[in-house]
Amino acid sequence: MLELQDICFQVNEDSREKGILKHVNLKIEDSFVAITGPNGGGKSTMAKVISGIIKPTSGKILFNGDDITELSITERAKKGISFAFQQPVRFKGLTVLDLINLAHGEALSLNEACHYLSEVGLCAKDYINREVNASLSGGELKRIEIAMIMARGTLLSIFDEPEAGIDLWSFNNLIRVFENMREKIHGSILIISHQERILNIADQIIVLADGEVRAQGTKDEVLPELLNASSEACSTLLNKVI
Amino acid sequence: MDQLQRHMLEKVADLHAVPEGAYNIRDNGKLAGRNTTANIDIVSKENKPGIDIVIRPGTKNESVHIPVIISQSGLKDLVYNDFYIGDDSDVVIVAGCGIHCGGSEDTEHDGIHTFHIGKNARIKYVEKHYGEGEGTGGRILNPTTIVHIDEGGYMEMETTQIKGVDSTIRDTKADLKDGATLIIKEKIMTHEDQYAETNFQVDLNGVNSTADVVSRSVAKGRSSQVFNSKICGNNQCYGHTECDAILMDEGHVNAVPSLDANHLDASLIHEAAIGKIAGEQIIKLMTLGLTEQEAEEQIVNGFLK
Repeated sequence: MLELQDICFQVNEDSREKGILKHVNLKIEDSFVAITGPNGGGKSTMAKVISGIIKPTSGKILFNGDDITELSITERAKKGISFAFQQPVRFKGLTVLDLINLAHGEALSLNEACHYLSEVGLCAKDYINREVNASLSGGELKRIEIAMIMARGTLLSIFDEPEAGIDLWSFNNLIRVFENMREKIHGSILIISHQERILNIADQIIVLADGEVRAQGTKDEVLPELLNASSEACSTLLNKVI
Repeated sequence: MDQLQRHMLEKVADLHAVPEGAYNIRDNGKLAGRNTTANIDIVSKENKPGIDIVIRPGTKNESVHIPVIISQSGLKDLVYNDFYIGDDSDVVIVAGCGIHCGGSEDTEHDGIHTFHIGKNARIKYVEKHYGEGEGTGGRILNPTTIVHIDEGGYMEMETTQIKGVDSTIRDTKADLKDGATLIIKEKIMTHEDQYAETNFQVDLNGVNSTADVVSRSVAKGRSSQVFNSKICGNNQCYGHTECDAILMDEGHVNAVPSLDANHLDASLIHEAAIGKIAGEQIIKLMTLGLTEQEAEEQIVNGFLK
């Protein structure tokens, strides 16, 4: 499905080259893959490299066997890659319905469009004709972003921290959304997340830290070590404090 | 009506046939059709070009269409239209002017519209300006709108100029009495070397009078726009003016919102934002499969919708 071959991404910081992604090699075949790791580890950059927003400094990206490294964002989207932003974009004038229709590629019936909003826990009639502007909260925008990805229904759907900005009350519903999506979607889901409950429903977990893949495996292989490492970090901190 | 006339009527007034209700069609400076109703009278002025539109008090759910179309290159058309909206009425007025310029001479329409809105009357006024034609002559439209709103009266004005007008100076002046409301929504798009200037002045003279003046515009090519909006609060009142503009290519926009508060209880706000399309908006739409150009079109169309 998706393969990253020796992907590097460097930026120039204070006249020095800094590696954000360092020789990342990955093969993603499973239907639900979670990427986790500390902040600044390169997760969002990797998502942007896959969707074409960032061009890697070196390396190759294969999607269904085709080399897509040189393809534009649009060409990758047309090949079947979707990307839900961590910070969704606001549009003055465009409505929720406009964006869902654009995501789907053609005009949906009102019922069909409303269905996607209901799936992400938004009361469709209150939102469908609203402008996607500053009047919507961050949490509402995140759900609309997820609804757009569902309306696209592509081979690969990438979500960058979908839980960020969503209140605890709605978080349970969000987990349900992803559980449902896992069953219904015919393609793969790649989800960047820090949430244990999301990691729990993943077929495969990838740990990305300091621009490198530190671990990759099933949740039984990766999760215990990950949780252990985080508790170790906590205890180290605790010891220092005490 | 010939094909060109029908096409222009559709562009400026969304009309596919002769409208229902009262109407007055002006074609190349001459009367081309008129209908009046029991409640709405239209009378030609005797001492100058133009018409008086008189709406009887209490008239509800009726409309008046007064489109102007010009296809004669070089024509300079000046018209004075006065609207007398009776107390307690509730009507829609659709105006608009389309110029089809096929020659090398400038073609111009200057419409001076004066509204006298009665007590507790409600009016929605829709005005579209449009230009086209293969000629090299300028297509010039200079509308002036003067509005007097009596106690409790309400006017919503939607004014749109999306395409083909080379030069426009749009003056709107309004004064409002107690409890009167004025809502203005302006949409402008300019291309190439076009010039558009908008001047709003609203005097909020009455207690609890309200004005909301919102302009959205897009300046493409080497076009230039000026937005002047002045709200004077002369009583306990609320006024808001907003200019939101997208710049493209080498477009230029100068926004000058101005507030003049002459009363302690006047509450006035202005906002102005000018900038190019945010890169992240284009990228978002590209991730949905749109090309960069398609994304720009969607953003601009949505912005001016």
